[in-house]
Amino acid sequence: MVRSERTKRLIDLAVASISVSETPLVLYALRRADDALILGHRLSEWCGHAPMLEEDMALANMGLDLLGQARELYDYAAKVEGKGNNEDKFAYLRDVRQYRNLLLLEQPNGDFARTMVRQFFYAAFADLYWRTMMKSGDATLAAIAAKSEKETAYHVRHCSEWIVRLGDGTAESHARAQTAIDDLWAFTGELFEIDDSERALIDAGIAVDPAALRPPWLKLVSDIASEATLVLPKSGWMQQGGRSGLHSEHLGHLLSELQSMQRTFPGATW
Amino acid sequence: MVITMFDDAELRQRAWEVSASVVDPEIPVLTIADLGVLREVAISDGSVQVKITPTYSGCPAMNMITLEIEMALEREGFRNSSVQTVLSPAWTTDWMSEDGRRKLREYGIAPPQAASSRRALFGVEQVACPQCGSKDTEVLSEFGSTSCKALWRCKACREPFDYFKCH
Repeated sequence: MVRSERTKRLIDLAVASISVSETPLVLYALRRADDALILGHRLSEWCGHAPMLEEDMALANMGLDLLGQARELYDYAAKVEGKGNNEDKFAYLRDVRQYRNLLLLEQPNGDFARTMVRQFFYAAFADLYWRTMMKSGDATLAAIAAKSEKETAYHVRHCSEWIVRLGDGTAESHARAQTAIDDLWAFTGELFEIDDSERALIDAGIAVDPAALRPPWLKLVSDIASEATLVLPKSGWMQQGGRSGLHSEHLGHLLSELQSMQRTFPGATW
Repeated sequence: MVITMFDDAELRQRAWEVSASVVDPEIPVLTIADLGVLREVAISDGSVQVKITPTYSGCPAMNMITLEIEMALEREGFRNSSVQTVLSPAWTTDWMSEDGRRKLREYGIAPPQAASSRRALFGVEQVACPQCGSKDTEVLSEFGSTSCKALWRCKACREPFDYFKCH
């Protein structure tokens, strides 16, 4: 097979994926950055497709907030790692197994009720999480938390209102919201999961113990569900794996779109 | 060309004024000083270091503002300026100047309520119409044309208007 000079050059340029030195702090920042990027990307998929104009703007705005949070966290991870990686490389040049986001956040948008339930489960957690992280012993993470908690406060209010409207709405909106809750519930356990690397950061006062956030999260989620006449499943078996790179099939498809430009034209810049 | 030597304090003041003249590309009536986005201007070894802070994490105007500051400084003869984004202390609407609030209102955007807090975020918001001043207004959409705005409507004069969100 004869390859043109251009093709050869492109193949030389096409570094498949970067390698990342995942020290506990780098990994911690990357996990939160991946959460924000992947959920933000999912929300951006609604752009131009939302059920009404106001909601189109709301979803895009929330996605933009998340993208901003992701950039700050990637930037910090790159500085801590100090190996020449940066926010773009983390986002565009890591493959599925290197992504560390929660499985909940990569789940497809489905219908509007599913998107809102996914957003609600996450925002209810993130609101508590960022507020607590403002007291982190790590000055940069505390600063990112102080910005993020204000944005997340809007997100949780917005999706709480939708959960009530959908659940306590028509028979169809109720059924769709209930189905979404039943389907996504098994992904909520991962919000509170920690491993040894995070345990060390918690002990050092840098990270917060998510176990402490579970009771207030469950209370908020239960209160809103009950106002919405929706029923939460009995806590049971929970799906895990995202934090260590074991993802559902959906993330690969998402990345193939998110990364398509850098994978097609390696090194392309504005 | 006349070259005048300035001491660092004068240079800093001059560099501040130049940086402070840059306007927000999304709300061109407000300068970044009015907004409270401009945090600090320092001089060392003849180069200028500017610190700015984002209003919202994902605000796409930040790249534009950075570029505008560098160009403004370059035009005024400052070489090798650098603009750094700082996150702490986090920007709130309290950083916006009184002058900025007045300019916003005149531009047709309701300024944020003073004293941002979670109470203000979730409390009963009473936003006065920037057109007719009536307080008989309602929210149309919590998210607006930019990250920092919500869309409201005045029930007295029937005009829709942007509200700069409390933060």
